[in-house]
Amino acid sequence: MLSRGYYGEFGGVFIPEILTTTFDELAEAFEKVKSDPGFWQEYSHIMSTYSCRPTPLSFAENLTRHFGGAHIYIKREDLNHTGAHKANNVMGQGLLAKRMGKSRVIAETGAGQHGVATATMAARFGFKCTVYMGEMDVERQRPNVFWMERLGAEVIPVIDGTRILKDAINEAFRDWVTNMDDTHYVLGTACGPHPFPEMVSYFQSIIGKEAREQSLKNEGKLPARVYACVGGGSNALGIFSAFLDDRVELVGVEAAGEGLDTGRHASRLASNDGSVGVAQGYKTYFLQDRDGQMKETHSVAAGLDYVGISPILAWHREKGRIRFEAATDSEVLDAMSLTIKKEGLIPALESAHAFAQAFKEAPDLSADDIILINQSGRGDKDIFTIAEAFEDPGWKAFIQKKGNEYGA
Amino acid sequence: MALEMVLRNKLKEKDILLMTHIVLGYPSLEDSFRIVETMVDSGVDLMELQIPFSEPIADGPVIVRANQRALERGATVEACLDLAERVAREFDIPFLIMTYYNILFCYGVRDFVSDMAKRGLQGAIIPDLPPEEGHDYLEAMQTHDLAPILIFSPTTSGMRMKYLESFGRGFIYCVARKGVTGADTRFSTGLDSYLAGCRKASSLPLAVGFGIKERANVDFLRGKADIAVIGTETIRLVEEQGISSVGGFIRGLSPVTANSPGGVEAKGK
Ligand SMILES: Cc1ncc(COP(=O)(O)O)c(C=O)c1O
Repeated sequence: MLSRGYYGEFGGVFIPEILTTTFDELAEAFEKVKSDPGFWQEYSHIMSTYSCRPTPLSFAENLTRHFGGAHIYIKREDLNHTGAHKANNVMGQGLLAKRMGKSRVIAETGAGQHGVATATMAARFGFKCTVYMGEMDVERQRPNVFWMERLGAEVIPVIDGTRILKDAINEAFRDWVTNMDDTHYVLGTACGPHPFPEMVSYFQSIIGKEAREQSLKNEGKLPARVYACVGGGSNALGIFSAFLDDRVELVGVEAAGEGLDTGRHASRLASNDGSVGVAQGYKTYFLQDRDGQMKETHSVAAGLDYVGISPILAWHREKGRIRFEAATDSEVLDAMSLTIKKEGLIPALESAHAFAQAFKEAPDLSADDIILINQSGRGDKDIFTIAEAFEDPGWKAFIQKKGNEYGA
Repeated sequence: MALEMVLRNKLKEKDILLMTHIVLGYPSLEDSFRIVETMVDSGVDLMELQIPFSEPIADGPVIVRANQRALERGATVEACLDLAERVAREFDIPFLIMTYYNILFCYGVRDFVSDMAKRGLQGAIIPDLPPEEGHDYLEAMQTHDLAPILIFSPTTSGMRMKYLESFGRGFIYCVARKGVTGADTRFSTGLDSYLAGCRKASSLPLAVGFGIKERANVDFLRGKADIAVIGTETIRLVEEQGISSVGGFIRGLSPVTANSPGGVEAKGK
């Protein structure tokens, strides 16, 4: 193995021996495509013809006026094919899997976005596809299950552990240790053993490259602050990576769930509850007990409901380069309502965390400042979850009526 | 006596040894003690005691659930180490700890290793800790004269086997096939040639695990390996038929006969 993927003390490759060769091969294949300009060209071409890259940077004029502070811009990753930034990573890994001669892909999914993106890529590239999804998430995100199955993927509900994202990752690894010869594991975020954190960030870096250029073009300057929600950290690293060497403040927003002081949250860095550990193949901050057992996490957004965080983000936090904040479920719903009403934009619940934090800070910035919010995905697809979060009475009545119809 | 010597002495009397695997605290801590007692009485030669972890990535469904239940029933690391110490003092066979790295990491790697030594344990199997990530662990194990059990797999190259073996002590754990614990293994010529490769790469005794569940499997390994590892099957048995069924099962795996001595020593000659 060339590098063990350490970022400060975080990262590494903590895997069973059976996977060593697989990871060596993957790391080598990734090194090769990184130094092959033809690969990035092919990748950019696919992203601009099959997805909607470059995605626009939208000026949120009404929100800007509403808060009366910084100029608010929104990076529109929701306009990617399948509705989230997940497509950037998935298409990149799909091309890589093709080059490696694999015929099958597997993935974990929390919100279902990454699963749908992977199933879509598999349909497009002709891979067989299996998606592991915690049973809780299967229940929360039924429409995404429907689409994955329509796209030809097999969706396997994971009934062990806490039955959410982390358990789906374990299950995907268990599949991989059996089927690595023909199978590539498309990990959905910048976590896991090296080279995944680096590789996923690499494909997502297309967000930041565009956003930086668009910011300079639209306003002739760089943003004062950039906000992104943080589950595993892929959309955040994607947009942040272009600004690391600039005088731009980078703000990662985690899920505060029912509140940081309730213990019912998924905030590994912004709360005091995280500690360094090793699980799922890498070393980072986890929400774990004293013995090192992972705790249950909570968030209204399934995609942020995860115990670990990218080792690259843990390192940037330690260096003080990225600031971490957290937004509660109710702050997130408020931010979402406001964004829908003022701008006609429907952020995913995950993305709305970034909006919530930006809204807390925008009024205190000057009108000369601009801030960017990464809208990592669109929320209209998650109508069941969002309608439930808003406890929308009309929607409830509709579902009851439908239920009766199906029951009859 | 160092673990390897203990095993070599036993191998003078039996041509294959049995190692069993249990999850501490499953079905309960007290039951774990009784299972150990039954296993030792039935002639098991050594045991690996798994300290449960919430993310047992190398294990299959039966052991995963056993880990989970044990944790739900309060199997803390401290309680597991207490139990491990109790059986190590009470029974005269070698006991090893099996667990995932985070358990050691959160406890403090050096403290964990020195506590293992103090508590009379002989070594450890940490499946998610390759030697590249395990400097502190390997150093501490050496200091305390404990055996770090290294793992070979069917995807491990001959060169890497040599590398791994340079850190191993006691014996080498050869995973019989791809996949996680609990699924069936094909006892085939493919396995033969893999084990021959393992034998070539290491002079330590070889243990073979993953998918061993009946006497025919153990017989297959005679002359090719030194230790047969039974993990999932006994856990399943306890679940389905209770602790008392374990004794007969173990005795049936490798009936004590007047076998001529085999194993490593005999083969060399
Ligand atoms: C729309 C959206 N945003 C954000 C995330 C969180 O993931 P990450 O932190 O890797 O960007 C998810 C995960 O499913 C998602 O679907």
